Amino acid sequence: MVRMLLSRLAQAMLVMLAVTALSFTMFRFVGDPVQLMSREDASVTEREALRDSLGLNDPILVQYGRFLGRIASGDLGISFRNQRDVAELIAERAPATLELVLVATILSLLVGIPAGVLCALRPNGVLSRLVQSGSLVGISVPTFVTGTLLILVFSVTLRWLPSFGRGQTVDLGWWTTGFLTPSGRAALVLPSLTLALYSMTLIMRLIRSEMIDILSTDYVRFARARGLPSWYIHFRLALKNAMMPVITVTGLQVGSLIAFAIVTETIFQWPGLGLLFMQAVIFVDIPVMTAYLLLVAGVFVVINTLVDLTYALVDPRLRTRGV
Amino acid sequence: MTAALEIDGLRVEYPRGEDGTFAAVDDLSLVIGAGEIHALVGESGAGKSTVGNCIMGLLDPPGRITAGSIRVASRSLDIATGQVEGLRPGRDIGAIFQDPMTALNPLFTIGRQLCEGMRHHLKIGRSEARAKALELMRAVEIPDPETRFDQYPHQLSGGQRQRVVIASALSCDPGLLVADEPTTALDVSVQATILDLLRDLASRRKLGVLLITHNMGVVAQISDKVTIMRHGRIVEHGASRQVLGEPRADYARALIGAVPRLDRKLHRFPVTETQNTAETAAQARLAGRVRGATDEGTDLLSLDNVGITYGGGFFGAPGFKAVTGASFTVKRGEIFGIVGESGSGKSSLASAIAGLLPIDEGQMRFCGQPLKMRRGQSVRQAIQMIFQDPYSSLNPRLRTGAAIREPLDFFGAGDGLTPETLFEAVGLPQEAAGRFPHAFSGGQRQRVSIARALAGQPDLLICDEPTSALDVSVQARVLNLLKDLRDRTGLTMLFISHDLSVVRQMCDRVAVMKSGRIVELEEAETLFTRPRDPYTRDLLSLIPTLDGLAPAPQLAGA
Repeated sequence: MVRMLLSRLAQAMLVMLAVTALSFTMFRFVGDPVQLMSREDASVTEREALRDSLGLNDPILVQYGRFLGRIASGDLGISFRNQRDVAELIAERAPATLELVLVATILSLLVGIPAGVLCALRPNGVLSRLVQSGSLVGISVPTFVTGTLLILVFSVTLRWLPSFGRGQTVDLGWWTTGFLTPSGRAALVLPSLTLALYSMTLIMRLIRSEMIDILSTDYVRFARARGLPSWYIHFRLALKNAMMPVITVTGLQVGSLIAFAIVTETIFQWPGLGLLFMQAVIFVDIPVMTAYLLLVAGVFVVINTLVDLTYALVDPRLRTRGV
Repeated sequence: MTAALEIDGLRVEYPRGEDGTFAAVDDLSLVIGAGEIHALVGESGAGKSTVGNCIMGLLDPPGRITAGSIRVASRSLDIATGQVEGLRPGRDIGAIFQDPMTALNPLFTIGRQLCEGMRHHLKIGRSEARAKALELMRAVEIPDPETRFDQYPHQLSGGQRQRVVIASALSCDPGLLVADEPTTALDVSVQATILDLLRDLASRRKLGVLLITHNMGVVAQISDKVTIMRHGRIVEHGASRQVLGEPRADYARALIGAVPRLDRKLHRFPVTETQNTAETAAQARLAGRVRGATDEGTDLLSLDNVGITYGGGFFGAPGFKAVTGASFTVKRGEIFGIVGESGSGKSSLASAIAGLLPIDEGQMRFCGQPLKMRRGQSVRQAIQMIFQDPYSSLNPRLRTGAAIREPLDFFGAGDGLTPETLFEAVGLPQEAAGRFPHAFSGGQRQRVSIARALAGQPDLLICDEPTSALDVSVQARVLNLLKDLRDRTGLTMLFISHDLSVVRQMCDRVAVMKSGRIVELEEAETLFTRPRDPYTRDLLSLIPTLDGLAPAPQLAGA
């Protein structure tokens, strides 16, 4: 177990190193920072002096080393657009996105798993047919359509829920949360639902097909032959077997929700990372884009490591087999 | 004394086609007394497992019981639901499944899977269930039960897992045990101990056991009574000794006659139908094509100190050594047998000879030339293989004629060698060429595989467990076919099997393998009459046979 953890850690470091190399080259080749930073009428010598003071004349490896050093010390540079520390900007926006993703993930698991089990147990029942065809809609309609529809119905027509923003938030010093105020909670409903819809149907369909396979295995038949109650067989035993692929998919989903909630955040004017990134792209704000690249890679690496660890926790066969 | 199980006039129907029905079980009656082992025997499709599923409440829709009654310990099972007040599967009926590798859930500990049934049926607490489970594990002779209790199924061997399954079947003290092929997935040595355990438990705990099996040897060894089924109906029933020793019904006689004997070699397996002349003629036409016919007795294949290792390599991690120091020679025209239990390395060896696996020690020579993993067309053509599972070894989307034409076109067939000739040679009608594999039964598919292998006009035919997926009567016919082919064409065969009695009937010389090593290599007659190696002796003594019961069958026309 410890060996596995260490080897995973080493792999994660390698991936991150590759990503820093990528974002470093992006920094260097997307536009000339000297051009961007100096005055219009600066002379060649002035520019050369600036280039020298920025260390741009050093060998590439030295520059890369310096870049790594800065990142390691948490310095992600200054945003071109609003002249603020990028790390600070991200720390400000991250809670909004993370809360949104957390709620969306819980929602999709809470609905997707039972619906999937239901569809597997009664494949021909009315309810499961309904869920099945409904899930087709969930998987095929893009988020900007569902989001707009939800706003139309619940904000514009019914006026039940806000259509944009986070509502009132409470600042905990290191984290701003919308969980503690009624308006913050109300503001979470529509965007998290929009975001959850796709993963919900994905999880449901996955659980369904896994469960159908597992219900016909010998160990489920053997459990039935032992006269165990069916709720116990379905929800305590078979569901655990069916969860294996769901763990992987949920992990990947959480990653992509954090990284690519852009569309949903734009529709609902959600002040999260997605919006920050959108604005960075529009204004060619390279330090923000670089930091975002690093962040996304980091999120995926961490989540994949967690997924592997969860796998080992659920499946004892992986524990003894090691890496 | 009340009977453990009484079945009277049971009929199980499956819908077939438009409003038609098909009776999987028809008018089946049997009685099992306490402490009695009753074997239910038949070939695949006979309906024996359906009977077991009815009793265990596992009959899946659309199958349903349409007539008859099932009574367990004098309480009758509700035919409609398969359940009744006060009578529940698990508590009153214990179940043992065929494959212990799949019967236990891999994600839960042995202890939990043993305890859950008791906690549910007997309403006892965690610690009491644990104590009972440990006691049961001792009763089924699982070593070190305290450690095993917290382990997961994959940490136990096949035999131990089957003991866990038996322990869990016994956990609520049922009066009846339904064992569906309980030893089919196990090696002979493990099978012997499990059968002993079952016999012992039945006698000591006064358990009625319904033993569903296709293995006549198992029936002869432990059952008191036997019922032989065919097409859902009872063909013959009575005391085991009597039915197996002097079968009255024709089908029972044929079935028992088809079981390969261990005590003496017969020229052919006794089967009811005789060969047709077209088959004989087609085989004769093949004779000149197969090169084994010439230079009979010279060395065709020789292995010198061959070793095969799986995995390993990275960071000097040691791999798994599947075969160590295997040396033997196969002469032209002989059938050379390799026997061993699972994991003995016999299939690895076959794969290496067929060029599917690299060897990392020693060398192989074929027709005097070194045999490597990379080989020329003539060598690839000269070595052909028949696989164990006829269901997965044929491409389901390719007509059988096309599957056989492929090697003919590829290797260049001589004149007159057509798929039709090959089909006739393996006893299939010529029209078979136009059909897809799913239109054939298991035995017929294996014949197609043989025809495909012969299409390469091989010098050496490797048969890796060619009949272990087949029923005994089908097995007998396929083995007869292989023998005929050898007799008529002089084909050389490397015959791999775990079944010693089949090997005895088929092979001229036999190598016995254990843990990757050849422990004994001998003429077949000598090996079976005077085994030298203790492991061979063990294996021979452990095989359940009906040699003592059944008289040597009279062979028609031989």
